[in-house]
Amino acid sequence: MSQRKMRLATVWLDGCSGCHMSFLDMDERLIELAEKVELVYSPFVDAKDFPQDVDITLVEGSVSTEEDLHKIRLIRDRTKILVAFGDCAVTGNVPAMRNRFRLKDIMERVYSQNSTHKNDPPVDGIPALLPKVRPIHEIVKVDVFLPGCPPKAEAIYFVLKELIEGRIPDTSQLSRFGA
Amino acid sequence: MRAPVRIKTLTIDGKEVSAKEGETIWQVARENGIDIPTLCYLEGLSPVGACRLCLVEVKGANRLLPACVTQVEEGMEVTTNSERLVNYRRMILELLFSERNHTCSVCVVNGHCELQRLAQRLGVTHVRFPYRYPDLPVDASHERFAIDHNRCILCTRCVRVCDEIEGAHVWDVMGRGIKSQIIADLNQPWGTSDVCTSCGKCVHVCPTGAIFEKGKAVAEMEKRRQFLPYLTIMRGGKQ
Repeated sequence: MSQRKMRLATVWLDGCSGCHMSFLDMDERLIELAEKVELVYSPFVDAKDFPQDVDITLVEGSVSTEEDLHKIRLIRDRTKILVAFGDCAVTGNVPAMRNRFRLKDIMERVYSQNSTHKNDPPVDGIPALLPKVRPIHEIVKVDVFLPGCPPKAEAIYFVLKELIEGRIPDTSQLSRFGA
Repeated sequence: MRAPVRIKTLTIDGKEVSAKEGETIWQVARENGIDIPTLCYLEGLSPVGACRLCLVEVKGANRLLPACVTQVEEGMEVTTNSERLVNYRRMILELLFSERNHTCSVCVVNGHCELQRLAQRLGVTHVRFPYRYPDLPVDASHERFAIDHNRCILCTRCVRVCDEIEGAHVWDVMGRGIKSQIIADLNQPWGTSDVCTSCGKCVHVCPTGAIFEKGKAVAEMEKRRQFLPYLTIMRGGKQ
């Protein structure tokens, strides 16, 4: 009888999806992983709600909106091992470059000074931006940090293999900030 | 008649080594293949002990000592790489990352940066301190170079190389503590400095992407230091 497959989720908060592209760069190793994990939630699959009892979640992106804040807390509640996946999740990276400015000034710059239509900033149907962008470990406990912009496919593969085998990987020599 | 060279013997990480009187722990360690991390010390420039990454344990001393400015003594027992020291070094690096806006992924020296490289070597995978996100300027007024204070770690290598090697003393430090900042001349745009010779030495001793050549994109800037030992020898080793 085969072992129960591990339940894997990947999440895309405030990032460019580059980390998810790097995930896909695992190429044929994805087939090997697919035999050991079930992808229960991800931009790659159709699930709408983050499920219960997830073993491993890779979180790409920083916490930048009210929705991100809500999601990351929900994910933490429902995940055994939370991986900060890439520089935006680990450091704030490019999204956090807005932190040196006041949110009001940014909105004015984007929607008024730099815009042809001079519309007011939208308020309905989209999540409100937080005053400051935060790396995820400033909001919830993170179990594994995988820096890199993006982390290489080899690094992602190593981390997932180790986690599947029940070990917490040492990521320090695999990747670095800005990799 | 020249005074004879006095020799000191000591141990570094349990290894018996000999050194000339007046040498520092950092120099003697290096001569013996032990690489003590540093971001402010650079051979050829005077040591200042600014970054604290080279702190070592010396038996009998009641505090940690910076290896780059501590001269060797007879019978010293030095430890350069204990768990405690590695912990402190990681904390120092994390504090440097949290203090200003270091965004490696969009930096001109990504992949060639001493701060980035040291963070990886010491196993810094994230920063445990809250980031400060200060609002710091970029001065691109110089024709060929620019200084981005967001990436500056205040090692003062630029200040020292300009003063000690080039002899121009364009750079200095203003302010105290967290408000310290590198300034050109009397805190004016770099491009308006009358004494800057545009030699580029500050660009190439800078350990991060804080001082860089214009026209270089992300990860394109590499620092070249070959000139420094040569110029130091030509100046008769004087600093």
